[in-house]
Amino acid sequence: MNAFRQSIEAMIPALRRYARALTRDADIADDLVQDTLVRALRAERLFVGGDLRSWLYTILTNLNRNRRRSLARRPTIMTLVDTATEASGTEAEGRDIANALAALVEDQRAALLLVVLEGLSYREVADIQGVPIGTVMSRLARARAHVKAYLEEGRPALRRVK
Amino acid sequence: MSERDIPVTEDELHAYVDDQLPAERRLAVEAWLAAHPDDAERARGWRALNEQIRDRYGRVVDEPVPQRLDLDRLMARRPRLLIFAAVAAVLLAFVVGGGAGWMAHDAFATEMTASEALRDDAVIAHKLYTKEQRHPIEVSGSEEHLLPWLSRRVGTTLRAPDLTQLNFHLMGGRLLPGPSAPAALFMYENDSGDRVTLYCTPLKVPTTGMVYKEDEGAGSVVWAHDDFGWVISGPAKKDLLKSVAAAAYAQLETW
Repeated sequence: MNAFRQSIEAMIPALRRYARALTRDADIADDLVQDTLVRALRAERLFVGGDLRSWLYTILTNLNRNRRRSLARRPTIMTLVDTATEASGTEAEGRDIANALAALVEDQRAALLLVVLEGLSYREVADIQGVPIGTVMSRLARARAHVKAYLEEGRPALRRVK
Repeated sequence: MSERDIPVTEDELHAYVDDQLPAERRLAVEAWLAAHPDDAERARGWRALNEQIRDRYGRVVDEPVPQRLDLDRLMARRPRLLIFAAVAAVLLAFVVGGGAGWMAHDAFATEMTASEALRDDAVIAHKLYTKEQRHPIEVSGSEEHLLPWLSRRVGTTLRAPDLTQLNFHLMGGRLLPGPSAPAALFMYENDSGDRVTLYCTPLKVPTTGMVYKEDEGAGSVVWAHDDFGWVISGPAKKDLLKSVAAAAYAQLETW
């Protein structure tokens, strides 16, 4: 296996982790990773140096955006069934971090995970999301505010469910 | 003004929590947090959230990688792209000027010549419109209806890739007749006045890998995917066009 493929192979665990946090479903996550790997492997000849890590994260992030957009376009009944695993948690499940992340807007969730879970710099995240650093900071700030509010809001409700 | 006197910004608080703060600002931020308990509380909350996220998902990296993601298996499913590239190089020797079009020789896959014909159309359009000073594009990149309009006509959700890392800025786009359906042409420009275009239209051929070619001062990279063909055209600079194509490939909407 050549250096390009070895570098991609080394990235698989991290990509799985990112995809799992993005989608909450292990199968959907591995679907995304598989699609990302296939596309990356096909473009091998294009890759003359450059940041392979960022490139892989970019492909995966965009594949997920596209997937969610096409889910949103489907008739309501199908949408409910297919996104059941990704819907915000019910009161019985409680307001945990996974549900909090799922409740975020796609771009905010991706920005937060790329920084916190994947350890990428703000500059790298800006490149991956195709936006200025200021936009990344704004998404990060909003994501943190929303998650905090979501998790705190849960406490009174949880007491009632007891 | 020393570093400590420059006011601490909200962004710096986030950067501090994420260990992305430049070293010279550390003391200033720590002093600020010591003096502003509400901000210190928020920063602690953000750190706690970071820990929660890592605790919840960190261990995925330790899981054994499932067989379906084995690279050799994924590679085995690929079409024989190397053959196309070799054939393309041979065909180039037979191509006459701009009239390549369809080849009568049937030893070569029709799919390959369809994408080469597309390359010709795209490069012709590239050369024609990039020469324009007043009307290079029809609708500006800043107009909201650019993408919905072209997407509707071409038949797929189009997205003009962000090439700002390569210093190319989107000028806008236009609609063109393609071989079997309308085509979209996006044009980008850098500070030196170099222009690159992205051409997209329906093309019913099996997915191909990307092939670079040069022709009379213009370079181009063509690929086909999911019944659409794509061509990046620009100056005859191979590494530049390969970078543009890689960036576009990573970002395109049709997947």
